[in-house]
Amino acid sequence: MMLPRVIPVLLLKGNGVYKTEKFKNPKYIGDPINAVKIFNEKEVDEIIILDIDATANKQINYKLIEDLAGECFMPMSYGGGITSIEEIKKIISIGVEKVSINSAALNNLEIIKNASLQFGSSTIIVSVDIKKNLFGKYEIYNANKIKIKDNLIDYCKKIEAYGAGEILINNVDKDGTMTGYDFNILKTITENVNIPVIACGGAGKLEDFKHAIEYSKCSAVAAGSMFVFHGKHRAVLINYPSQNELKNLFEH
Amino acid sequence: MIAIVDYNCGNIGSVKKMIEKSGGKAIITNHLEDINKAEKIILPGVGAFDTGMTNIKDFNLLESLNENILVKKKPILGICLGMQLMTLKSEEGKLNGLSWINAEVKKFPAGADIKVPKIGWDYITIQKDNPLFNNYQENPRFYFVHSYFVESQDETIITARSKYHHIDYTSAFNKDNIYGVQFHPEKSHKFGMQLLKNFLAI
Repeated sequence: MMLPRVIPVLLLKGNGVYKTEKFKNPKYIGDPINAVKIFNEKEVDEIIILDIDATANKQINYKLIEDLAGECFMPMSYGGGITSIEEIKKIISIGVEKVSINSAALNNLEIIKNASLQFGSSTIIVSVDIKKNLFGKYEIYNANKIKIKDNLIDYCKKIEAYGAGEILINNVDKDGTMTGYDFNILKTITENVNIPVIACGGAGKLEDFKHAIEYSKCSAVAAGSMFVFHGKHRAVLINYPSQNELKNLFEH
Repeated sequence: MIAIVDYNCGNIGSVKKMIEKSGGKAIITNHLEDINKAEKIILPGVGAFDTGMTNIKDFNLLESLNENILVKKKPILGICLGMQLMTLKSEEGKLNGLSWINAEVKKFPAGADIKVPKIGWDYITIQKDNPLFNNYQENPRFYFVHSYFVESQDETIITARSKYHHIDYTSAFNKDNIYGVQFHPEKSHKFGMQLLKNFLAI
């Protein structure tokens, strides 16, 4: 049986790894190369690296991405500041398997169509940040004030129609809280698309992974805090469940 | 020396890295003299079938590959799209494949229950002894990413099978000096490293 993927997400800011809470208050975790090395030794399923400053700075840190990819003997995805096919090409050529596109897709989904034609759907993840509005309804969140016409579900359907291979749903309200994913919105999204959905934002315990897979029908689960913090005082400790723990979790 | 064929399809840097980590030497190339000089060849690949075949032809590699594989009988390992290109044809495209292997490539039927592409770590069911599967202490797991799968007409070449929902397909084949794997050994930790070591030892 194919076990669902369990994916650490590392946030880059400059040359450091940080962890946010509700997309704010970035806390320094450590050196990214070192963190990725440890995750590689722990034989993680896959890793996602998101540069949270790249879009604002209009700069992609290719050197660091290349160094990180060199430490990964598992698939690595990179997201942050990607706006063109040329940039995707360069990122893939330095050893990255998949790219995650967020703002550029909100601006114009054509980039997704062109990228998936050229690099294959399975190389292209569209990342969608979601946040509840005042009325408790989920909307697409973006810090860059891009005007968005579609509602969340229509947008997810369009992402699939334009050829993306996966959707990464990142829940702003849940980010860094470790209080569990919002399982219902994830379920609604997976019911509306035929491509894999990766849950992100809120994971605090292994059972959250299981519920996101079994109830929400996500194909993969991602987490930040859970894999970089330890204990109730949130001491920094890179950790990842063993294969046996994951097997027991998903098979029982 | 292993020649990793660069035909502009996919992330080949990681294949080279894993070969080196496995104790081998590799060169990423699309020059005929490199391919002619190499002892072994790897045909990697991510992307679309027709793009792959078109690029192989555009880089003038078709004749040289046929010569090295079918006449000189050099060992070749096709990975993912590279494996699929070794077959006759694919539902993904209109062009003929390299046609070294009597098999065809089909698409997973997508639906709410069957998310396509298949992405993730999976076990393989080894069908028979094969040099690529030597020296495993435990049942190996590999990383798969694909929307299309190989269906072989020739049962005798199937060395491993995998499943995705109800579909049982060929995840590894071998005919003479030609090896193909649907999964990505270069991204499969120690299991992938062992497979590449096995290929180096052939």
